[in-house]
Amino acid sequence: MDINDLRSMVTVAGLLCFLAIVAWAYGKSSKKGFEEAANLPFAEGDDDGAANQSSHPR
Amino acid sequence: MSGTQTTYNDKVVRQFAVMTVIWGIVGMLVGVIIAAQLVWPELNFGPWLHFGRLRPLHTNAVIFAFGGCALFATSYWVVQRTCHTRLWGGPLIPFTFWGWQIIILLAAITLPLGITSGKEYAELEWPVDILITLVWVSYALVFFGTIGKRTVSHIYVANWFFGAFIIAVALLHLVNSAAMPITLTKSYSAYSGVQDAMIQWWYGHNAVGFFLTAGFLGMMYYFVPKQAGRPVYSYRLSVVHFWALIFTYMWAGPHHLHYTALPDWTQSVGMVFSLILLAPSWGGMINGIMTLSGAWHKLRDDPVLKFLITSLSFYGMSTFEGPMMSIKTVNALSHYTDWTVGHVHSGALGWVAMVSIGSIYYLLPKLFGKKEMYSTGLVTTHFWIATIGTVLYIASMWIAGVMQGLMWRAVNADGTLAYSFVESVKGSYPFWAIRWLGGVLFLTGMLLMAYNMFKTIAGGKTEDMPVIAPAGHHA
Repeated sequence: MDINDLRSMVTVAGLLCFLAIVAWAYGKSSKKGFEEAANLPFAEGDDDGAANQSSHPR
Repeated sequence: MSGTQTTYNDKVVRQFAVMTVIWGIVGMLVGVIIAAQLVWPELNFGPWLHFGRLRPLHTNAVIFAFGGCALFATSYWVVQRTCHTRLWGGPLIPFTFWGWQIIILLAAITLPLGITSGKEYAELEWPVDILITLVWVSYALVFFGTIGKRTVSHIYVANWFFGAFIIAVALLHLVNSAAMPITLTKSYSAYSGVQDAMIQWWYGHNAVGFFLTAGFLGMMYYFVPKQAGRPVYSYRLSVVHFWALIFTYMWAGPHHLHYTALPDWTQSVGMVFSLILLAPSWGGMINGIMTLSGAWHKLRDDPVLKFLITSLSFYGMSTFEGPMMSIKTVNALSHYTDWTVGHVHSGALGWVAMVSIGSIYYLLPKLFGKKEMYSTGLVTTHFWIATIGTVLYIASMWIAGVMQGLMWRAVNADGTLAYSFVESVKGSYPFWAIRWLGGVLFLTGMLLMAYNMFKTIAGGKTEDMPVIAPAGHHA
Protein backbone atom coordinates (compact mmCIF):
# COMPACT_ATOMS: atom_id res chain seq x y z
CA MET A 1 0.00 0.00 0.00
CA ASP A 2 1.59 3.29 -1.00
CA ILE A 3 0.79 6.76 0.17
CA ASN A 4 -1.64 7.39 -2.68
CA ASP A 5 -3.99 4.72 -1.32
CA LEU A 6 -4.02 6.62 1.96
CA ARG A 7 -4.76 9.85 0.08
CA SER A 8 -7.69 8.20 -1.73
CA MET A 9 -9.01 6.85 1.54
CA VAL A 10 -8.88 10.27 3.18
CA THR A 11 -10.81 11.75 0.27
CA VAL A 12 -13.48 9.04 0.46
CA ALA A 13 -13.64 9.40 4.26
CA GLY A 14 -14.12 13.15 3.79
CA LEU A 15 -17.04 12.56 1.43
CA LEU A 16 -18.67 9.99 3.75
CA CYS A 17 -18.23 12.38 6.66
CA PHE A 18 -19.96 15.15 4.71
CA LEU A 19 -22.84 12.85 3.72
CA ALA A 20 -23.23 11.89 7.38
CA ILE A 21 -23.43 15.58 8.26
CA VAL A 22 -26.15 16.11 5.64
CA ALA A 23 -28.10 13.11 6.97
CA TRP A 24 -27.76 14.44 10.50
CA ALA A 25 -28.77 17.98 9.56
CA TYR A 26 -31.88 16.85 7.71
CA GLY A 27 -32.74 14.14 10.23
CA LYS A 28 -35.80 14.50 12.45
CA SER A 29 -33.82 14.43 15.68
CA SER A 30 -32.01 17.72 14.99
CA LYS A 31 -35.14 19.71 14.21
CA LYS A 32 -36.00 20.90 17.70
CA GLY A 33 -32.41 21.81 18.58
CA PHE A 34 -32.00 23.76 15.35
CA GLU A 35 -35.16 25.71 16.01
CA GLU A 36 -33.92 26.68 19.45
CA ALA A 37 -30.54 27.62 18.03
CA ALA A 38 -32.08 29.67 15.20
CA ASN A 39 -33.88 31.80 17.80
CA LEU A 40 -30.78 32.51 19.88
CA PRO A 41 -30.24 36.01 18.39
CA PHE A 42 -33.76 36.91 19.54
CA ALA A 43 -33.35 35.95 23.19
CA GLU A 44 -31.90 39.34 24.05
CA GLY A 45 -35.11 41.06 24.99
CA ASP A 46 -34.53 43.98 22.61
CA ASP A 47 -36.87 42.75 19.90
CA ASP A 48 -40.56 43.45 19.83
CA GLY A 49 -42.13 40.06 19.44
CA ALA A 50 -39.56 38.92 16.92
CA ALA A 51 -38.59 36.07 19.21
CA ASN A 52 -40.37 32.75 19.00
CA GLN A 53 -41.25 33.44 15.39
CA SER A 54 -39.89 30.04 14.57
CA SER A 55 -42.54 29.20 12.02
CA HIS A 56 -39.95 28.11 9.47
CA PRO A 57 -40.46 24.37 9.04
CA ARG A 58 -37.40 23.96 6.84
CA MET B 1 -28.60 32.85 36.15
CA SER B 2 -27.02 34.10 39.33
CA GLY B 3 -28.29 37.20 41.07
CA THR B 4 -25.26 39.39 40.28
CA GLN B 5 -25.74 41.51 37.21
CA THR B 6 -22.87 41.19 34.76
CA THR B 7 -22.47 43.37 31.69
CA TYR B 8 -21.35 42.77 28.12
CA ASN B 9 -17.90 44.04 27.18
CA ASP B 10 -18.86 46.56 24.53
CA LYS B 11 -15.83 48.82 24.93
CA VAL B 12 -13.74 46.68 22.58
CA VAL B 13 -16.64 46.44 20.12
CA ARG B 14 -16.95 50.24 20.19
CA GLN B 15 -13.21 50.66 19.52
CA PHE B 16 -13.14 48.21 16.63
CA ALA B 17 -16.40 49.57 15.12
CA VAL B 18 -15.09 53.15 15.02
CA MET B 19 -11.73 52.04 13.61
CA THR B 20 -13.54 50.04 10.90
CA VAL B 21 -14.86 53.31 9.49
CA ILE B 22 -11.54 55.15 9.92
CA TRP B 23 -9.44 52.40 8.28
CA GLY B 24 -12.09 51.97 5.61
CA ILE B 25 -11.58 55.58 4.60
CA VAL B 26 -7.77 55.28 4.70
CA GLY B 27 -7.67 52.02 2.72
CA MET B 28 -10.16 53.18 0.12
CA LEU B 29 -8.39 56.54 -0.21
CA VAL B 30 -5.16 54.70 -1.06
CA GLY B 31 -7.20 52.66 -3.55
CA VAL B 32 -8.50 55.84 -5.19
CA ILE B 33 -4.94 57.22 -5.33
CA ILE B 34 -3.52 54.15 -7.08
CA ALA B 35 -6.51 54.08 -9.46
CA ALA B 36 -5.66 57.71 -10.30
CA GLN B 37 -2.00 56.79 -10.79
CA LEU B 38 -3.01 54.35 -13.52
CA VAL B 39 -4.94 57.08 -15.33
CA TRP B 40 -2.44 59.90 -14.65
CA PRO B 41 1.02 58.30 -14.27
CA GLU B 42 2.46 61.73 -13.27
CA LEU B 43 0.95 61.07 -9.82
CA ASN B 44 3.66 58.49 -9.03
CA PHE B 45 5.81 60.59 -6.67
CA GLY B 46 9.20 59.29 -5.59
CA PRO B 47 9.82 55.72 -4.52
CA TRP B 48 7.62 55.77 -1.38
CA LEU B 49 4.38 56.81 -3.03
CA HIS B 50 4.85 54.82 -6.20
CA PHE B 51 2.06 52.49 -7.41
CA GLY B 52 4.14 49.40 -6.61
CA ARG B 53 4.54 50.47 -2.98
CA LEU B 54 1.02 51.79 -2.46
CA ARG B 55 -0.84 48.85 -4.00
CA PRO B 56 0.04 46.38 -1.21
CA LEU B 57 -0.72 49.16 1.27
CA HIS B 58 -4.20 49.44 -0.26
CA THR B 59 -4.88 45.69 -0.16
CA ASN B 60 -3.57 45.29 3.39
CA ALA B 61 -5.50 48.33 4.61
CA VAL B 62 -8.86 47.33 3.17
CA ILE B 63 -8.59 43.61 3.93
CA PHE B 64 -6.87 43.53 7.31
CA ALA B 65 -7.49 47.02 8.70
CA PHE B 66 -11.03 47.73 7.47
CA GLY B 67 -12.25 44.13 7.09
CA GLY B 68 -10.28 42.93 10.11
CA CYS B 69 -11.66 45.59 12.46
CA ALA B 70 -15.18 44.89 11.19
CA LEU B 71 -14.70 41.18 11.91
CA PHE B 72 -13.30 41.81 15.40
CA ALA B 73 -16.15 44.21 16.24
CA THR B 74 -18.95 42.01 14.98
CA SER B 75 -17.57 38.70 16.24
CA TYR B 76 -17.07 40.15 19.75
CA TRP B 77 -20.63 41.52 19.72
CA VAL B 78 -22.22 38.39 18.29
CA VAL B 79 -20.40 35.87 20.46
CA GLN B 80 -21.46 37.71 23.62
CA ARG B 81 -25.09 38.18 22.54
CA THR B 82 -25.63 34.62 21.33
CA CYS B 83 -23.74 32.97 24.21
CA HIS B 84 -25.37 35.27 26.80
CA THR B 85 -22.14 35.89 28.60
CA ARG B 86 -19.41 38.54 28.92
CA LEU B 87 -16.23 38.20 26.85
CA TRP B 88 -13.64 35.95 28.43
CA GLY B 89 -9.96 36.89 28.46
CA GLY B 90 -9.27 39.92 30.67
CA PRO B 91 -6.16 41.75 29.36
CA LEU B 92 -6.11 39.66 26.19
CA ILE B 93 -9.16 41.61 24.95
CA PRO B 94 -7.55 45.11 24.86
CA PHE B 95 -4.36 43.42 23.58
CA THR B 96 -6.23 42.24 20.46
CA PHE B 97 -7.37 45.81 19.81
CA TRP B 98 -4.11 47.65 20.42
CA GLY B 99 -2.01 44.86 18.91
CA TRP B 100 -4.07 44.93 15.74
CA GLN B 101 -3.79 48.73 15.47
CA ILE B 102 0.00 48.56 15.90
CA ILE B 103 0.19 45.92 13.15
CA ILE B 104 -1.78 48.22 10.85
CA LEU B 105 0.52 51.16 11.65
CA LEU B 106 3.59 48.98 11.03
CA ALA B 107 2.12 47.98 7.67
CA ALA B 108 1.51 51.63 6.81
CA ILE B 109 5.17 52.41 7.55
CA THR B 110 6.97 49.35 6.17
CA LEU B 111 5.10 48.83 2.89
CA PRO B 112 5.79 52.33 1.44
CA LEU B 113 9.43 51.87 2.51
CA GLY B 114 9.54 48.79 0.30
CA ILE B 115 9.97 46.35 3.19
CA THR B 116 8.06 43.33 1.92
CA SER B 117 8.28 39.57 1.68
CA GLY B 118 6.68 39.82 -1.76
CA LYS B 119 3.84 37.37 -1.06
CA GLU B 120 0.49 38.77 -2.13
CA TYR B 121 -1.77 39.62 0.86
CA ALA B 122 1.09 38.39 3.11
CA GLU B 123 3.64 41.10 2.35
CA LEU B 124 4.46 42.03 5.94
CA GLU B 125 7.95 41.02 7.09
CA TRP B 126 8.68 38.48 9.81
CA PRO B 127 8.67 40.71 12.95
CA VAL B 128 5.16 41.90 12.03
CA ASP B 129 4.19 38.31 11.21
CA ILE B 130 5.15 37.28 14.75
CA LEU B 131 3.05 40.10 16.22
CA ILE B 132 0.12 39.02 14.03
CA THR B 133 0.49 35.48 15.41
CA LEU B 134 0.41 36.75 19.01
CA VAL B 135 -2.68 38.88 18.41
CA TRP B 136 -4.42 36.11 16.52
CA VAL B 137 -3.80 33.51 19.20
CA SER B 138 -5.18 35.96 21.78
CA TYR B 139 -8.22 36.53 19.56
CA ALA B 140 -8.79 32.76 19.36
CA LEU B 141 -8.46 32.44 23.14
CA VAL B 142 -10.93 35.27 23.76
CA PHE B 143 -13.44 33.98 21.21
CA PHE B 144 -13.36 30.31 22.14
CA GLY B 145 -13.00 31.14 25.84
CA THR B 146 -16.26 33.06 25.58
CA ILE B 147 -17.96 30.19 23.77
CA GLY B 148 -16.65 27.89 26.50
CA LYS B 149 -18.45 29.84 29.24
CA ARG B 150 -21.74 30.31 27.36
CA THR B 151 -24.94 30.02 29.36
CA VAL B 152 -26.96 28.40 26.56
CA SER B 153 -26.45 24.91 25.21
CA HIS B 154 -26.34 25.69 21.48
CA ILE B 155 -23.53 27.43 19.64
CA TYR B 156 -25.28 29.73 17.18
CA VAL B 157 -24.29 29.21 13.53
CA ALA B 158 -22.70 32.68 13.21
CA ASN B 159 -20.16 31.58 15.82
CA TRP B 160 -19.34 28.49 13.76
CA PHE B 161 -18.41 30.73 10.86
CA PHE B 162 -16.42 33.15 13.04
CA GLY B 163 -14.68 30.20 14.71
CA ALA B 164 -13.75 28.58 11.38
CA PHE B 165 -12.41 31.92 10.16
CA ILE B 166 -10.22 32.33 13.24
CA ILE B 167 -8.80 28.79 13.11
CA ALA B 168 -8.25 28.73 9.34
CA VAL B 169 -6.53 32.13 9.28
CA ALA B 170 -4.18 30.99 12.06
CA LEU B 171 -3.26 27.89 10.03
CA LEU B 172 -2.82 29.83 6.77
CA HIS B 173 -0.72 32.56 8.35
CA LEU B 174 1.61 30.15 10.14
CA VAL B 175 2.26 27.94 7.12
CA ASN B 176 2.58 30.64 4.45
CA SER B 177 4.68 33.02 6.55
CA ALA B 178 7.33 30.42 7.44
CA ALA B 179 10.59 32.13 6.53
CA MET B 180 14.28 32.42 7.33
CA PRO B 181 15.11 35.90 8.67
CA ILE B 182 18.32 37.45 7.35
CA THR B 183 18.03 40.88 8.95
CA LEU B 184 15.31 42.63 10.94
CA THR B 185 13.58 43.70 7.72
CA LYS B 186 14.43 40.90 5.31
CA SER B 187 13.59 37.20 5.23
CA TYR B 188 13.39 34.45 2.66
CA SER B 189 10.46 32.05 2.32
CA ALA B 190 10.91 28.54 3.68
CA TYR B 191 9.64 27.24 0.32
CA SER B 192 11.00 27.61 -3.17
CA GLY B 193 9.88 27.36 -6.76
CA VAL B 194 6.50 25.93 -7.57
CA GLN B 195 5.93 24.75 -3.97
CA ASP B 196 6.29 28.35 -2.86
CA ALA B 197 3.75 29.42 -5.49
CA MET B 198 1.32 26.66 -4.51
CA ILE B 199 1.56 27.42 -0.80
CA GLN B 200 1.17 31.14 -1.50
CA TRP B 201 -2.07 30.58 -3.44
CA TRP B 202 -3.32 27.95 -1.04
CA TYR B 203 -2.95 30.81 1.44
CA GLY B 204 -4.23 33.46 -0.96
CA HIS B 205 -7.41 31.71 -1.93
CA ASN B 206 -8.22 30.60 1.59
CA ALA B 207 -7.65 34.15 2.77
CA VAL B 208 -10.55 34.88 0.41
CA GLY B 209 -12.45 31.81 1.60
CA PHE B 210 -12.02 32.19 5.32
CA PHE B 211 -11.03 35.80 6.04
CA LEU B 212 -13.25 37.40 3.39
CA THR B 213 -16.05 34.83 3.27
CA ALA B 214 -16.50 32.68 6.37
CA GLY B 215 -16.04 35.62 8.76
CA PHE B 216 -18.45 37.83 6.85
CA LEU B 217 -20.99 34.99 6.59
CA GLY B 218 -20.82 34.94 10.38
CA MET B 219 -21.82 38.61 10.27
CA MET B 220 -24.59 37.82 7.82
CA TYR B 221 -26.04 35.03 9.99
CA TYR B 222 -26.51 37.40 12.91
CA PHE B 223 -27.24 40.83 11.45
CA VAL B 224 -29.60 39.80 8.62
CA PRO B 225 -31.98 37.90 10.96
CA LYS B 226 -31.74 40.69 13.57
CA GLN B 227 -32.43 43.50 11.12
CA ALA B 228 -35.18 41.53 9.36
CA GLY B 229 -36.68 40.50 12.71
CA ARG B 230 -36.95 36.87 11.64
CA PRO B 231 -34.85 33.77 12.29
CA VAL B 232 -32.63 32.52 9.50
CA TYR B 233 -34.53 30.92 6.57
CA SER B 234 -33.12 27.41 7.07
CA TYR B 235 -30.87 26.46 9.94
CA ARG B 236 -30.31 23.06 8.32
CA LEU B 237 -29.03 24.68 5.16
CA SER B 238 -26.68 26.83 7.24
CA VAL B 239 -25.16 23.71 8.82
CA VAL B 240 -24.77 21.88 5.51
CA HIS B 241 -23.34 24.81 3.55
CA PHE B 242 -20.96 25.58 6.43
CA TRP B 243 -19.38 22.13 6.23
CA ALA B 244 -19.45 22.11 2.44
CA LEU B 245 -17.53 25.42 2.41
CA ILE B 246 -14.98 24.07 4.90
CA PHE B 247 -14.45 20.83 2.96
CA THR B 248 -14.15 22.54 -0.42
CA TYR B 249 -12.37 25.88 -0.05
CA MET B 250 -9.02 24.37 0.97
CA TRP B 251 -8.56 22.82 -2.50
CA ALA B 252 -9.42 25.71 -4.79
CA GLY B 253 -6.10 27.61 -4.64
CA PRO B 254 -4.46 26.14 -7.78
CA HIS B 255 -6.87 28.08 -10.02
CA HIS B 256 -4.59 31.08 -9.36
CA LEU B 257 -1.81 29.17 -11.13
CA HIS B 258 -3.45 27.92 -14.33
CA TYR B 259 -0.99 27.40 -17.20
CA THR B 260 2.05 27.82 -14.94
CA ALA B 261 4.74 25.32 -13.84
CA LEU B 262 2.20 23.77 -11.45
CA PRO B 263 1.43 20.16 -12.54
CA ASP B 264 -1.56 19.99 -14.86
CA TRP B 265 -3.52 17.60 -12.64
CA THR B 266 -3.18 20.02 -9.70
CA GLN B 267 -4.61 22.79 -11.84
CA SER B 268 -7.53 20.54 -12.80
CA VAL B 269 -8.19 19.59 -9.16
CA GLY B 270 -8.24 23.30 -8.28
CA MET B 271 -10.66 24.00 -11.11
CA VAL B 272 -13.05 21.18 -10.15
CA PHE B 273 -13.14 22.20 -6.49
CA SER B 274 -13.69 25.83 -7.52
CA LEU B 275 -16.70 24.74 -9.58
CA ILE B 276 -18.09 22.72 -6.66
CA LEU B 277 -17.76 25.84 -4.49
CA LEU B 278 -20.70 27.39 -6.31
CA ALA B 279 -23.09 25.14 -4.37
CA PRO B 280 -22.15 26.04 -0.78
CA SER B 281 -21.66 29.69 -1.71
CA TRP B 282 -25.12 29.95 -3.16
CA GLY B 283 -26.48 27.98 -0.21
CA GLY B 284 -25.35 30.82 2.03
CA MET B 285 -26.56 33.53 -0.32
CA ILE B 286 -30.02 31.97 -0.71
CA ASN B 287 -30.29 31.36 3.03
CA GLY B 288 -29.53 35.02 3.74
CA ILE B 289 -31.82 36.52 1.13
CA MET B 290 -34.71 34.12 1.85
CA THR B 291 -34.57 35.09 5.53
CA LEU B 292 -36.45 38.14 4.29
CA SER B 293 -39.19 36.06 2.69
CA GLY B 294 -42.53 37.34 3.90
CA ALA B 295 -40.95 40.61 5.01
CA TRP B 296 -39.77 42.02 1.69
CA HIS B 297 -41.53 45.32 2.42
CA LYS B 298 -38.90 46.02 5.06
CA LEU B 299 -36.38 46.54 2.26
CA ARG B 300 -38.27 49.60 1.05
CA ASP B 301 -37.42 51.95 3.88
CA ASP B 302 -34.66 50.27 5.84
CA PRO B 303 -31.26 51.28 4.37
CA VAL B 304 -29.37 48.94 6.73
CA LEU B 305 -31.33 46.00 5.34
CA LYS B 306 -30.67 47.35 1.84
CA PHE B 307 -26.93 47.17 2.52
CA LEU B 308 -27.16 43.64 3.91
CA ILE B 309 -29.35 42.18 1.17
CA THR B 310 -27.47 43.94 -1.65
CA SER B 311 -24.24 42.55 -0.22
CA LEU B 312 -25.71 39.06 -0.54
CA SER B 313 -26.66 39.73 -4.16
CA PHE B 314 -23.08 40.75 -4.91
CA TYR B 315 -21.88 37.68 -2.99
CA GLY B 316 -24.04 35.51 -5.24
CA MET B 317 -22.76 37.27 -8.36
CA SER B 318 -19.09 37.03 -7.50
CA THR B 319 -19.35 33.40 -6.35
CA PHE B 320 -20.89 32.58 -9.73
CA GLU B 321 -18.23 34.56 -11.57
CA GLY B 322 -15.36 32.99 -9.58
CA PRO B 323 -16.07 29.34 -10.47
CA MET B 324 -16.62 30.39 -14.07
CA MET B 325 -13.24 32.17 -14.18
CA SER B 326 -11.55 29.12 -12.65
CA ILE B 327 -12.43 27.06 -15.75
CA LYS B 328 -9.11 26.78 -17.55
CA THR B 329 -10.36 27.92 -20.95
CA VAL B 330 -12.09 30.98 -19.43
CA ASN B 331 -9.01 31.65 -17.30
CA ALA B 332 -6.87 31.64 -20.45
CA LEU B 333 -8.74 34.79 -21.41
CA SER B 334 -9.27 36.40 -18.01
CA HIS B 335 -5.99 35.78 -16.17
CA TYR B 336 -3.64 38.75 -15.71
CA THR B 337 -6.32 41.11 -17.03
CA ASP B 338 -8.49 43.68 -15.24
CA TRP B 339 -11.35 41.16 -15.25
CA THR B 340 -9.70 39.61 -12.19
CA VAL B 341 -9.51 43.03 -10.56
CA GLY B 342 -13.20 43.56 -11.32
CA HIS B 343 -14.09 40.16 -9.88
CA VAL B 344 -12.18 40.86 -6.68
CA HIS B 345 -13.93 44.19 -6.22
CA SER B 346 -17.34 42.74 -6.94
CA GLY B 347 -16.62 40.62 -3.86
CA ALA B 348 -14.69 43.25 -1.91
CA LEU B 349 -16.90 46.31 -2.44
CA GLY B 350 -20.20 44.59 -3.16
CA TRP B 351 -20.06 41.80 -0.61
CA VAL B 352 -17.43 42.33 2.10
CA ALA B 353 -17.64 46.12 2.40
CA MET B 354 -21.42 46.34 2.13
CA VAL B 355 -22.15 43.60 4.67
CA SER B 356 -19.64 45.26 7.03
CA ILE B 357 -21.11 48.72 6.50
CA GLY B 358 -24.62 47.39 7.13
CA SER B 359 -23.53 45.59 10.28
CA ILE B 360 -21.64 48.62 11.62
CA TYR B 361 -24.69 50.84 10.96
CA TYR B 362 -26.69 48.32 13.02
CA LEU B 363 -24.14 48.43 15.84
CA LEU B 364 -23.27 52.13 16.11
CA PRO B 365 -26.51 53.45 17.65
CA LYS B 366 -26.66 50.51 20.07
CA LEU B 367 -23.03 50.97 21.09
CA PHE B 368 -23.56 54.65 21.91
CA GLY B 369 -26.95 54.43 23.58
CA LYS B 370 -28.96 55.90 20.71
CA LYS B 371 -32.17 54.65 19.11
CA GLU B 372 -30.92 55.07 15.56
CA MET B 373 -28.20 56.68 13.47
CA TYR B 374 -28.01 60.50 13.51
CA SER B 375 -29.40 60.57 9.97
CA THR B 376 -31.17 57.63 8.32
CA GLY B 377 -31.38 59.70 5.12
CA LEU B 378 -27.59 59.83 4.95
CA VAL B 379 -27.46 56.04 5.32
CA THR B 380 -29.79 55.73 2.33
CA THR B 381 -27.62 58.18 0.36
CA HIS B 382 -24.55 56.17 1.33
CA PHE B 383 -26.23 53.01 0.09
CA TRP B 384 -27.01 54.41 -3.36
CA ILE B 385 -23.61 56.07 -3.80
CA ALA B 386 -21.86 52.85 -2.79
CA THR B 387 -24.00 50.72 -5.12
CA ILE B 388 -23.46 53.01 -8.12
CA GLY B 389 -19.73 53.16 -7.33
CA THR B 390 -19.49 49.37 -7.19
CA VAL B 391 -21.38 48.88 -10.45
CA LEU B 392 -19.22 51.47 -12.26
CA TYR B 393 -16.11 49.79 -10.90
CA ILE B 394 -16.92 46.23 -11.89
CA ALA B 395 -18.55 47.04 -15.26
CA SER B 396 -15.52 49.09 -16.38
CA MET B 397 -13.15 46.35 -15.29
CA TRP B 398 -15.15 43.68 -17.14
CA ILE B 399 -14.91 45.66 -20.37
CA ALA B 400 -11.23 46.51 -19.88
CA GLY B 401 -10.38 42.94 -18.87
CA VAL B 402 -12.09 41.18 -21.76
CA MET B 403 -10.63 43.72 -24.17
CA GLN B 404 -7.11 43.17 -22.80
CA GLY B 405 -7.49 39.38 -22.94
CA LEU B 406 -8.70 39.48 -26.55
CA MET B 407 -5.96 41.91 -27.64
CA TRP B 408 -3.17 39.89 -26.00
CA ARG B 409 -4.22 36.64 -27.64
CA ALA B 410 -4.90 38.07 -31.12
CA VAL B 411 -2.37 36.89 -33.72
CA ASN B 412 -1.77 37.74 -37.36
CA ALA B 413 -1.84 35.14 -40.11
CA ASP B 414 1.93 34.71 -39.83
CA GLY B 415 1.69 34.00 -36.06
CA THR B 416 3.01 37.33 -34.83
CA LEU B 417 1.06 39.25 -32.16
CA ALA B 418 -1.58 41.56 -33.59
CA TYR B 419 -1.16 44.15 -30.81
CA SER B 420 1.73 45.38 -28.74
CA PHE B 421 1.16 45.45 -24.97
CA VAL B 422 1.13 49.23 -24.86
CA GLU B 423 -1.79 49.29 -27.31
CA SER B 424 -3.90 47.41 -24.75
CA VAL B 425 -2.77 49.92 -22.11
CA LYS B 426 -3.90 52.78 -24.35
CA GLY B 427 -7.25 51.12 -24.93
CA SER B 428 -7.75 50.66 -21.17
CA TYR B 429 -7.45 54.34 -20.22
CA PRO B 430 -11.14 55.33 -20.46
CA PHE B 431 -12.15 52.32 -18.36
CA TRP B 432 -9.49 53.03 -15.77
CA ALA B 433 -10.95 56.54 -15.51
CA ILE B 434 -14.43 55.09 -14.94
CA ARG B 435 -13.01 52.71 -12.33
CA TRP B 436 -11.40 55.67 -10.56
CA LEU B 437 -14.77 57.44 -10.54
CA GLY B 438 -16.43 54.32 -9.07
CA GLY B 439 -13.81 54.28 -6.34
CA VAL B 440 -14.30 57.99 -5.62
CA LEU B 441 -18.04 57.37 -5.20
CA PHE B 442 -17.48 54.45 -2.83
CA LEU B 443 -15.01 56.54 -0.79
CA THR B 444 -17.49 59.45 -0.66
CA GLY B 445 -20.03 57.07 0.85
CA MET B 446 -17.55 56.15 3.57
CA LEU B 447 -16.98 59.85 4.34
CA LEU B 448 -20.74 60.29 4.78
CA MET B 449 -20.68 57.29 7.10
CA ALA B 450 -17.89 58.84 9.19
CA TYR B 451 -19.82 62.13 9.51
CA ASN B 452 -22.96 60.23 10.45
CA MET B 453 -20.98 58.13 12.93
CA PHE B 454 -19.40 61.09 14.76
CA LYS B 455 -22.78 62.86 14.92
CA THR B 456 -24.28 59.66 16.40
CA ILE B 457 -21.45 59.32 18.90
CA ALA B 458 -21.76 62.95 20.05
CA GLY B 459 -23.55 63.03 23.39
CA GLY B 460 -24.00 59.27 23.35
CA LYS B 461 -23.84 57.03 26.40
CA THR B 462 -21.21 54.34 26.59
CA GLU B 463 -22.44 52.33 29.53
CA ASP B 464 -22.07 48.59 29.15
CA MET B 465 -25.34 46.76 28.73
CA PRO B 466 -26.32 44.05 31.21
CA VAL B 467 -26.07 40.43 30.13
CA ILE B 468 -29.57 39.23 29.47
CA ALA B 469 -30.58 35.76 30.58
CA PRO B 470 -31.73 33.73 27.58
CA ALA B 471 -35.49 34.03 27.43
CA GLY B 472 -37.46 30.79 27.55
CA HIS B 473 -34.36 28.71 27.14
CA HIS B 474 -33.92 25.24 28.57
CA ALA B 475 -30.20 24.64 29.00
